[in-house]
Amino acid sequence: MPAEAVRMEGIVKRFPGVVANAGIDFSLSFGEVHGLLGENGAGKTVLMSILYGLYQPDSGQTYVRGEPVRIRSPSVAIRLGIGMVHQHFMLVPRLTVLENMAVGWEPRRGPFLDREGMRKRIEALVEEYGLSVDPEARVEELSVGEQQRVEILKALYRGAEILILDEPTAVLTEQEVEALFKTIRALRDQGKAVVFITHKLHEAMTICDRVTVLRKGKKVGTVPISEATPEKLAEMMVGREVVFRVQPKPVQKEGKELLRVEGLTVHDERGLPAVRNVSFSLFDHEILGIAGVEGNGQKELVEALTGLRPPKAGKVYVGGKEATGLSARELAQLGLVHIPEDRQATGLILPFSLAENVVLGRHREDGFALGPWVQLRRRIFRYAEEAVRTFSIVAPSVRVPVQNLSGGNQQRVVLARELGRKPKVVVAHQPTRGLDVAGMEFVWEKLLELREKGCGVLLVSMDLDEILMLADRVAVMYRGEIVGIWPREEADKHELGLAMLGGKVAAR
Amino acid sequence: MRLARELGLVFASLALAFGVGALVAQLSGLSPSAVYRELVRGAFGDQYRFFQTLTQATPIIFTSLSFLIAFRAGLFNIGAEGQLYMGAFFGAWAGFTFVLPPYLHTVVALLVGALVGAVWGFIPGWLRARRGTNEFVSTMMLSYVAIYFTSWLVSPRGPYHGTQWANQTVRILSSAELPRFVRGMQLHWGLAIAGLLSLLLWYFLFRTPRGYEMRAVGQNPRAAQYAGIDVPRTMILALTLAGALAGLGGAAEVLGTHRRFIEFFSPGYGWDGIAGGLIARAHPLAVIPAAILIGALRAGGMGMDRAGVAPADFASVLQGIVIFFVVAPELFRLFRRIRRERRVLVHSQP
Ligand SMILES: Nc1ncnc2c1ncn2[C@@H]1O[C@H](COP(=O)(O)OP(=O)(O)OP(=O)(O)O)[C@@H](O)[C@H]1O
Ligand SMILES: [Mg+2]
Repeated sequence: MPAEAVRMEGIVKRFPGVVANAGIDFSLSFGEVHGLLGENGAGKTVLMSILYGLYQPDSGQTYVRGEPVRIRSPSVAIRLGIGMVHQHFMLVPRLTVLENMAVGWEPRRGPFLDREGMRKRIEALVEEYGLSVDPEARVEELSVGEQQRVEILKALYRGAEILILDEPTAVLTEQEVEALFKTIRALRDQGKAVVFITHKLHEAMTICDRVTVLRKGKKVGTVPISEATPEKLAEMMVGREVVFRVQPKPVQKEGKELLRVEGLTVHDERGLPAVRNVSFSLFDHEILGIAGVEGNGQKELVEALTGLRPPKAGKVYVGGKEATGLSARELAQLGLVHIPEDRQATGLILPFSLAENVVLGRHREDGFALGPWVQLRRRIFRYAEEAVRTFSIVAPSVRVPVQNLSGGNQQRVVLARELGRKPKVVVAHQPTRGLDVAGMEFVWEKLLELREKGCGVLLVSMDLDEILMLADRVAVMYRGEIVGIWPREEADKHELGLAMLGGKVAAR
Repeated sequence: MRLARELGLVFASLALAFGVGALVAQLSGLSPSAVYRELVRGAFGDQYRFFQTLTQATPIIFTSLSFLIAFRAGLFNIGAEGQLYMGAFFGAWAGFTFVLPPYLHTVVALLVGALVGAVWGFIPGWLRARRGTNEFVSTMMLSYVAIYFTSWLVSPRGPYHGTQWANQTVRILSSAELPRFVRGMQLHWGLAIAGLLSLLLWYFLFRTPRGYEMRAVGQNPRAAQYAGIDVPRTMILALTLAGALAGLGGAAEVLGTHRRFIEFFSPGYGWDGIAGGLIARAHPLAVIPAAILIGALRAGGMGMDRAGVAPADFASVLQGIVIFFVVAPELFRLFRRIRRERRVLVHSQP
């Protein structure tokens, strides 16, 4: 029996109107990767935040290495050798990797930061765990995957032996997930304890030794991975069977061009071209998938199509009308809606209530306002309550600030709002990011339903499986260009993967 | 819940401030109990004093609302003082230049003051929205421009030098006066207008689509843009309204209290508005008690001096301590929020 790293007993945590953790027992051993699964709002983040000292439990006891402890703050947790990589990263963009790691933890030589000593230690860690990052790069220049590696490095640098990873793969491409798994295995082999939170069951099956499932704040059980199957885990999580795949129905296409992009060029913040001379069309009754490794221009393409970033050159037509450079509101009037990838920075106003967020951007619509001076609050509340029901949002009331909702429930608020608009064209950027299995299934079905109704859906996703399951055609973006568009029947996963990495392709 | 916590925080900071004030008094060789007795008596001792406190509070309500509306849109209006001066001068100007029936004349003069104040808010708003000029700096600079410009207007070389013995305009016509509640006391209808505006502003911010947009821009400009809100226009609107509120406050002060424009008449009402807005946690209704608190410190301070328990200077020290303790936690929170927001921008939750 390996040594016990953490034992949590009878952890209870209440928030106004919700019991986030209702008496949870949890144990973690050194040399183990322990999966933590559960639906959105099940209490995973809260439980681990308690272990990391971000919240105090209302009752319950935590033991670390067998000793009873009270973890009053993250600094206590760090001293106990606990590190956490959050669902949202907490890095300072302007600083370099090295400086970020030094914040609040500065090794000094005299009055100065001991840069040399730090760099040596970082390089040793990079070497040992395969976490390739340049210590002198600025965080704002890093991809999301690299930022995550910085967060892991930071935790290890501070001497973490117990590492909590909260949905680390939600932002990664398949290749990056592979690299992360290598790191996690190396950590396990070094005898460290890892908590791995995820919604992707096949990932849990691949990397975990044991899995604990939470549902509605309670623990359903802990099982060794040898006794688990994805189906069984899903059933433990949701309490019913879940389908992992949906099947697009054959539809009668009319051949109407709903979105047409001609020679679009878009620059990024630094003024460099991020999208280069891109052209494609989206037709009715169609889902067009855009695959690619993050950072190849998808973000800028989406922003240019949705009125968040003016294009440098090229033209965009929505429903036959020229729509180049229109504002988000004007595009919405043409029937184009946008599910943004970054719900916290773009899709929501965190201190606003659920009800206020559910009408964000629709707050001037007839049902919700009479001109600019009267807000129809009853209607807004009623609409929000309906959205909570149809999108199974877990929230104590529609008046709570959305920042109090779990990550997946925040995503549902965005979806409820945008899909409630009766769109003609949907630009969906990572629409299932952070959703649990049931939530993903729900979104997939919604997107297919839109397709059956005749909408055009532009699905930008890093999850190739998701694209191959839903899309009628698949486009691959690489270095700002669309390197090819394949009909789904002809799309081959291997070939697409190559194209995403810049391999030359001879496709249409 | 939240309200109780906020109130608790405010009262705790107040208690702390008065504690520190007592300590400072003791160390300066003054009697803390006498100081506080005279402070309270000076501010609330009888009807006259209480009315004096409210008179002081009236312009502070206006400037607090001015600070607050910009703040809600994520902007810092540091220039309420100048907007107040512009509104005050032009309110007075309308008061002695136009010939109109009573009341109507008052209303027109108030509107002129608000309008000129609005212009003084619009300029930094436009600069911020279209040119990216930091409004913190531009409102402050324009504030000094306004103060010295109006001072020049009434100086011996200026066009509106109204009396020989002081730099001030002539008296406004009696038709333009803002009536007082009680004969012989300065407290005037400006207080009622200020109270009404607090209510209106609350309604605007929390019950109208425009106000919703303003708060959205203040909390998350990127999400606001995504939601189709015209962010630059909303910023301009917020600073214009901020200017109008301070300008209206200046006009009311002139038409109700002084009945003429006097150079440098304001003891810093514009700056008090920043403290008032922050003490009120940017809530329009909480602005009224916050402004009364600041007004009481001003009025009570004078009382302390008159009673001879402490020099007027000590009154200012005490004001400083109180404002520091009540405002500091809010400022602290603000900076933390700004820092956190910078971080959130790096990334994005999965
Ligand atoms: N700071 C908070 N204030 C109020 N309620 C909160 C707070 N943090 C979490 N909650 C509530 O606690 C419950 C559990 O949230 P938690 O974030 O742990 O979910 P989760 O399992 O991590 O879900 P997800 O997969 O969506 O991230 C949710 O109902 C959430 O609304
Ligand atoms: Mg979570």
